[in-house]
Amino acid sequence: MINAGLLQQLDKIVARYEDKQASLLPVLHALQEERGFISLDSEQDVADYLGIPVVQVHQVVSFYHLFHQAPIGQCHFSVCQTTACALRGSEKIIAHIKNRLGIKDGETTPDGKFSLSVVECLGACEIAPIMQYNKEYKGCLTIDEIDRLIKQNG
Amino acid sequence: MQKITSRHFGQENSHKLENYLKDEGYEAARKALTMTPAAVIDEVKKSNLRGLGGAGFPTGMKWSFINPTNSKPRYLVVNGDEGEPGTFKDKYLFEQDPHLFLEGVIITCFAIGSHKAYVYIRGEYLKSIERLQGAIDEAYRAGYLGKGILGSGFALDVVVHQGAGAYICGEETALLESLEGKKGFPRLKPPFPAVVGLFGCPTVINNVETMACVGPIILRGAEWFAKLGCEKNGGTRLFCISGHVNKPGVYELPNGTTLREMIYTHAGGILNGRTLKAVIPGGISAPILTPDQIDVKMDFDSLKAIGSMAGSGGIIVMDDTTDMVWAAMVAARFFAHESCGQCSPCREGSGWVYRNVKRIYDGEGRESDLKNLPGIINNIGGNTICAFGDAITMSVGSYVTKFRSEFESKIKQPLVTTH
Ligand SMILES: Cc1cc2nc3c(=O)[nH]c(=O)nc-3n(C[C@H](O)[C@H](O)[C@H](O)COP(=O)(O)O)c2cc1C
Ligand code: SF4
Ligand code: FES
Repeated sequence: MINAGLLQQLDKIVARYEDKQASLLPVLHALQEERGFISLDSEQDVADYLGIPVVQVHQVVSFYHLFHQAPIGQCHFSVCQTTACALRGSEKIIAHIKNRLGIKDGETTPDGKFSLSVVECLGACEIAPIMQYNKEYKGCLTIDEIDRLIKQNG
Repeated sequence: MQKITSRHFGQENSHKLENYLKDEGYEAARKALTMTPAAVIDEVKKSNLRGLGGAGFPTGMKWSFINPTNSKPRYLVVNGDEGEPGTFKDKYLFEQDPHLFLEGVIITCFAIGSHKAYVYIRGEYLKSIERLQGAIDEAYRAGYLGKGILGSGFALDVVVHQGAGAYICGEETALLESLEGKKGFPRLKPPFPAVVGLFGCPTVINNVETMACVGPIILRGAEWFAKLGCEKNGGTRLFCISGHVNKPGVYELPNGTTLREMIYTHAGGILNGRTLKAVIPGGISAPILTPDQIDVKMDFDSLKAIGSMAGSGGIIVMDDTTDMVWAAMVAARFFAHESCGQCSPCREGSGWVYRNVKRIYDGEGRESDLKNLPGIINNIGGNTICAFGDAITMSVGSYVTKFRSEFESKIKQPLVTTH
């Protein structure tokens, strides 16, 4: 069930497009913002709301990596592994996160605090190595900074 | 060095309308609205502006493909997906000069007769989205958007659309699919977007930086802009330099500046006083260059002539400590990760290439791996729906061709590396 507040927000989004389905990505963003991830029930809610088949919603949710199909940690490390970052040491940072937290790419710690995503170029190669930490870009990343974030939130 | 599209970068509150207005803001739009659409297109044609998203297609010519007698709505879709590794300039434009960008959008829509523009911004660029939306809100309030723009009869609405994390959505037809609320699968062409684009209507797709050049062209004239660059490639460009250089960043330089000058004069040379080993000149899809090739002029035609491409303007520099098999593996991993999976040569081939190069890098490669690699690589390009397949062939293929001895030595001896 979509609550009244969210419904109002979604109606505004849909009004910007000449075609209802075109609002699917922004609608999913808004829903994920409120619920943290997009469950199968949420997919059904969106399908009902937009009047499109639920399989279409599901295909879209699974195609785009910014949509989470399961809950993610309160601290989400999305670390870039592409060339400019790799040249500036991103492999060591990724290995360090995996080691310290005992998780692999795409996993969340059992206490639900930390998640790791290894991603491709974030469009911030000038401050490599870089990660997106929840919503924020953190450039010129060091292992110390990772340790600090883990300690602060652990 | 004359700065045009980056001239407000670094100034306090450069994203605010009041500051933009202090530097001839929206004067170009005002001027364009007194011209005929055909005259605007003509001016852009004469300026030799070429699309800065990667393909370098002449912008004025692209606009002229919109058939004026087609009665369907027309759309401008701006490509702000900026996913090509090594590229980060559109983010600066959105964050630091959204009104310059928006002014280009208004003029472009006027020229092609569009009353609705969508700006597709990659999902991670939250600050870009916020800044552009703020600028759009300011522009509506001031009468630069909406109905009767600047007292003319022209109306335009601009919508910001947030992507959701998929490199392939930067390919223009995948972007249209994504904008229509679907998976980002590139479309078969023809039909081209100018005929059947967004919602089945005639559509122009342009890059963010291309849009930012339009206002200055209209205000100062095509001739002025053309002269800033080189033959058939007018103007300046925002080059993005990253990797092993002392001063990575965005540098606005004339098209045709040499790669050597960019690396050594502007980006401060190679990190830690080391020497250059290789450089990607135009985003990860562009074939890699060796130090003997860096006197190349950085424009679409000159790079093409030496077998590479100007692409997105993303320059990634590698010093002499770089293991080129490792670098090839990183590139191959990117392609394997980002293939949309629609066509089998690309879906299967990208994985094969990655696993093959990784095996060689891991010291587990056999002679046959190296022998088969060029064949596997070459079987992808030319056989796919979109240019991503060609990019795998050209990019990964260039590491194998130019640094073959490094691949060979990895086969003969097991892994010893610093990475
Ligand atoms: C795989 C692939 C990815 C692309 N990614 C981008 C991108 O992130 N941004 C962009 O502007 N163009 C990108 N392009 C180029 C677009 O397809 C298109 O040519 C461009 O947006 C047109 O605008 P322009 O003429 O102003 O350059 C990509 C092309 C391909 C094949
Ligand atoms: S070439 Fe690759 S990325 Fe392009 S459509 Fe085919 S599978 Fe998708
Ligand atoms: S390569 Fe990491 S941000 Fe571009």
